[in-house]
Amino acid sequence: MAFGAFASTEAPAVEQAPRRKSRVVLFLLLPGILYLLLFFAVPLVSLALTSLQQPSLTGDIGSYDYAFNWQNYVVVIERYGPHILRSFGYAVTATVFALLFSYPLAYFIGVTLRPYRLLQGLALVLVIAPFFISFLLRTLAWKQILADEGPVVSFLQALQLMPADAQITGTAFSVIFGLTYNFIPFMVLPIYTSLERLDLRYVEAGADLYASPATTFRKVTLPLSAPGIISGVLLTFIPAAGDYINASRDFLGSTDTAMIGNVIEANFLVLQNYPAAAALSFILMSVILVLISFYVRRSGTEDLV
Amino acid sequence: MTRGFGRYALIVYSVIAFTFILIPIVYTIVFSFNDARRTNIIWRGFTLDNWLNVCQSQGVCEAFGTSILVGVVATVLATVLGTMIAIALVRYRFRFRKATTLLLFLPMATPEVVLGAGLAAEFLTAGVQKGVGTIILAHTMFCISFVVVTVRARIESLDPALEEAGRDLYGSPAQVFWHITFPLLIPGIMAAALLSFALSFDDFIITNFNAGPAVTLPRYIYTAAARGIPPEANVVASAVFIAAIVIVIVVQVSSAARRKRLAAL
Repeated sequence: MAFGAFASTEAPAVEQAPRRKSRVVLFLLLPGILYLLLFFAVPLVSLALTSLQQPSLTGDIGSYDYAFNWQNYVVVIERYGPHILRSFGYAVTATVFALLFSYPLAYFIGVTLRPYRLLQGLALVLVIAPFFISFLLRTLAWKQILADEGPVVSFLQALQLMPADAQITGTAFSVIFGLTYNFIPFMVLPIYTSLERLDLRYVEAGADLYASPATTFRKVTLPLSAPGIISGVLLTFIPAAGDYINASRDFLGSTDTAMIGNVIEANFLVLQNYPAAAALSFILMSVILVLISFYVRRSGTEDLV
Repeated sequence: MTRGFGRYALIVYSVIAFTFILIPIVYTIVFSFNDARRTNIIWRGFTLDNWLNVCQSQGVCEAFGTSILVGVVATVLATVLGTMIAIALVRYRFRFRKATTLLLFLPMATPEVVLGAGLAAEFLTAGVQKGVGTIILAHTMFCISFVVVTVRARIESLDPALEEAGRDLYGSPAQVFWHITFPLLIPGIMAAALLSFALSFDDFIITNFNAGPAVTLPRYIYTAAARGIPPEANVVASAVFIAAIVIVIVVQVSSAARRKRLAAL
């Protein structure tokens, strides 16, 4: 099931005799599949072609001709190398922080609260609550809380834990902080789903065999929740690597924190340098695809959706 | 099992973690009551004016209306297309099944910036004028997969005996579907529609690439962020938040009550 995040039931697929009504299947599948081909697959092809374009001979800004100009990739890697590395660096760091933050919380909801169904449901509502308020506004709220004249900086400066001229917003720290915060629900939910199903008798068996709680955790709980961890890591890493809100100058970042998403946006929507934007998108996509292919190989295609 | 000290430490940690998660939400709601004139950054005192005159601020309500329009149309389209695919996936075997699941999975695994730039490149090549229409096309695309996942889980959890009973009573396949299967799927379809609407309503990145001159609520906030967000934007977001939370909690509590009733039988 898709990253194990949305699966609430584990009922085995009902194996039915293949009905030979191919027209019905076609009627059910075709509209949606055509839609996805037209608005998901074709755009990726379009992006690939765009990434190889060269400037039009007429010299107009934003006008390009089809070509096989793979030099575009060399140019963007040279020009935006730091942004690309920064994106993956920030995304990896945020994913690690989100995992460390979320695992105990998912354990609390999935195991400790298990006997209290209503409390468990309400705790899950609290975890997904950020989804119900605008992504942009909650990021702006952090910007204002962490701002120079905001409560956190004032407090830290009063305690002399922070130099008077130091800032939080606009730094790598605040961008990673924002990425971590914004994708926490994506980490908590799949880990919770794994731990919810964890049979506690295995844990008891560990204790009965005189394993310390730490050993039981390492040898029993952690391996059994690994599918949730993997799903959570992907669900956090993918949007974090492509995000450009947190790193944007008007939100938690500055020009020094621009990520790959920021340069794709700037090249596409502002500079009208479509080939550069397309090439950068493809570089991002290929890294994600490598990660995804490991995941698909492990879980098989049938359980993807 | 968590025992003694470990258990208390976990409880304390979780309370702190929940508080942390809620901080920016509480902040946003509190600042919807701020008596700020234009830039809503510093607390200037409590007022209800923002709530009473939401539409006074230039563009907030128009953007909200556009977001609702886009969300509703995209949700309807994605729910219909996605539900049909989900039924086909569970109930029929067909060729290209692997390719189909991959095609459904990849949009969920592709970064939004790539989806947005790809569609924008396509619209550019095809010479399509960007606007509300292109936003709807984009939103429908990324919602379909989530609908399939949600509805499929529901179909798989259905008790096949119910449909068998319908067939035993000489129901035609169409009758069995419309009188038994479909009504049982409605909760799953509703959940899928709500998820789609939520995804569409809060989407910024894909929208920004394909909006042209159209302004949705997240786009309005993004543009306003540079010069300061008017408190009316906080009002709209807070109202949506409160409505969503009330719906979710009512559903939670009522399903808990139903479980209790069923357990008592």
